[in-house]
Amino acid sequence: MHELKNKVSVIGVGNTRYGAFPELDEYGLAARAFRDAVADCGIDKNEIDGLVVCRIPYYARMGEVLGIDPRWTLTLPPHGRMSGIGIIEAVTALAAGHCKHVALMYANIGRSRRVNYGGDESPGTWDPWGMTSPGAAHAMMFRRHMELYGTTTRQLAEVSVAIRHHACLNPDAVMTKPITIDDHEAARPIVLPLRLLDYCLINDGAVCLILTLSERAGDFAKPPVRIAGFGAREQYRGSSIANFDINFWHDAVSDAGRQAYAMAGVSHGDVDALMAYDNFSPTVLFSLEGLGFCKQGEAGSFVEGGALKLGGRLPTNTDGGHLSNSYMQGWALNVEAVRQLRGECGARQVADCEVVQYVQATPCTRSIIYTRA
Amino acid sequence: MSSYAKPLPKLDPLNRPFWDHAREGRLAIQVCSACKDAHFPPSPVCPNCLSEDQEWQPVSGRGTLESWVEFHRAYWDGFKDDLPYNVCLVRLAEGPLLVSNLVGDAAKARLGAAVNVVFEQATDEVTLPKFALA
Repeated sequence: MHELKNKVSVIGVGNTRYGAFPELDEYGLAARAFRDAVADCGIDKNEIDGLVVCRIPYYARMGEVLGIDPRWTLTLPPHGRMSGIGIIEAVTALAAGHCKHVALMYANIGRSRRVNYGGDESPGTWDPWGMTSPGAAHAMMFRRHMELYGTTTRQLAEVSVAIRHHACLNPDAVMTKPITIDDHEAARPIVLPLRLLDYCLINDGAVCLILTLSERAGDFAKPPVRIAGFGAREQYRGSSIANFDINFWHDAVSDAGRQAYAMAGVSHGDVDALMAYDNFSPTVLFSLEGLGFCKQGEAGSFVEGGALKLGGRLPTNTDGGHLSNSYMQGWALNVEAVRQLRGECGARQVADCEVVQYVQATPCTRSIIYTRA
Repeated sequence: MSSYAKPLPKLDPLNRPFWDHAREGRLAIQVCSACKDAHFPPSPVCPNCLSEDQEWQPVSGRGTLESWVEFHRAYWDGFKDDLPYNVCLVRLAEGPLLVSNLVGDAAKARLGAAVNVVFEQATDEVTLPKFALA
C-alpha cells in the first residue's frame, strides 16, 4: 500500500447543519452537503465522475438529484464503520484510474424518522435474554475493562467531558452546554456501567468529501490535505454478539494502526490530533490502547486531567465527535481532520496542526492518517 | 404461557436442536464431527474446517463469568417489569461464549466467577438456559 502514500488528497469538504430536519430526506440533506463541498473547492460539479454513497437509499436517485453521470459508484450499507472503508476505497479507485474526482456522501435522517437502536422486532440470537443495542455491547466491554484493569467510570467521564468541551467551541455542534465529571456520574443509567452521557447523539445531517489525485489537487480553491497512510483489519469471528469484542478490538486496532503509521511514515508523537470513532465513550479508550498511545489497560489513567482536550497531550474529536457534535458515523470526524489541517477551526483549532489520525474501532477497523500537503 | 411478552427465538432447522435440548434441561452446543471444534451460535459449516458434518453435544453447563451489564431501559415492553435486569457473558468450559442472564444475587458478580447453568421455562416450546454463581 505504500505506493498509495500521498497519492490522493481531500480537496473539498462540506456538511449540512446538524439537528432535526423532518421536512428533508436523505437526498435533500446529501445534496446540501455536496453543494457545500463543491463550493468549498470550487470544482465544476460535472467534473465529479466517482460517487460513494452511504446511508442513502438509492445511488441512482442521488446521481439524478445532483445531475451527474459518474464512471464509478460504490454504495455502502448504513453502518457506522463504513466511512473509513469508503474513503480508502475511493483512494484505490482514483489510483486505479476508475475516475478522476470522487464525491463521498453520507446522510442520516434518523432523528426525524425516530430510528431506535435495539429492541428489534425480528429477534436476534441473544434477544430472548434481553441483550440488545450497540450501547449494551459497549457496556459489556467496559465492565470487563473495569474488572480487568481497574478502570473507573470517572475516568470514562473524561472522554465525554473533553469531547463536550470541544463541541462548546464548535458553532455547528448539537450539544453546547458544558458538562462535568459529576454530571456524567449522575446521568440517567441506560445499560450500566454506561449512562446517558456515554451514548452518542442521534441527529439528522449530511457530510460530503471530495477526493482527487494529489497531482491535480493544487488546482482547487483550498490547500489540499494528503491521505498519507491507512490501515485495515476486520474482526468477524465472534460477531454474533454485535458490536462486541472480548478484547476491545485491540488486535484489529493495533494492526490497522501499524499499517497506517508505516505507510505514512509517522508515529504516535507526530499525531497532533486524534479523531476516534465515539459511538460510545469506551470506544475512545479502546482506540487509544489499540493504537498504542498507551498500554492496554492504561487508557483510564491516560485520559485523566483533560488529556483529550484542546491543549492536552492528545486533542481528540475536536469537533465534539458523535457524543456532542453530530452523529455522522465517522464521516464528520474525517471532515474535521481536513479542517484542522487547513487551519479552519477557529476557537477549536489545534496549534501547528500537521498530522491528524482517524480511527474506527469496530468490526471493520480502519485508520487513516491525514497530513498537510 | 400465551401471555409471554418477551422476545422469543425464531426457531429454524439450524438452531432448533439447541432449543430441543434446553426444553429437556440440557445445554448443548454444535461440535464438528471432523475437527471437534465446538461453537455457538450454530453455523451451517464448521467455522474451523468448513465441514458440514456437525452434531449437537450436551455440555457440562459450567463456565466462567466474562462480563455483565444492568439494563435500566426496556427496549421491549416485556422487560419493563424486570427493570433493572442483568445480562451476562459466560465462557463455557467447552469454549464458546454465551450471552445469558444471571439468576440469584448478581451483586456478587466478579470477573472469572464460576457459574452453572440453570433452566427457566418461558413457553411450552422455549426454555432459556440461564446461569447461577457457583
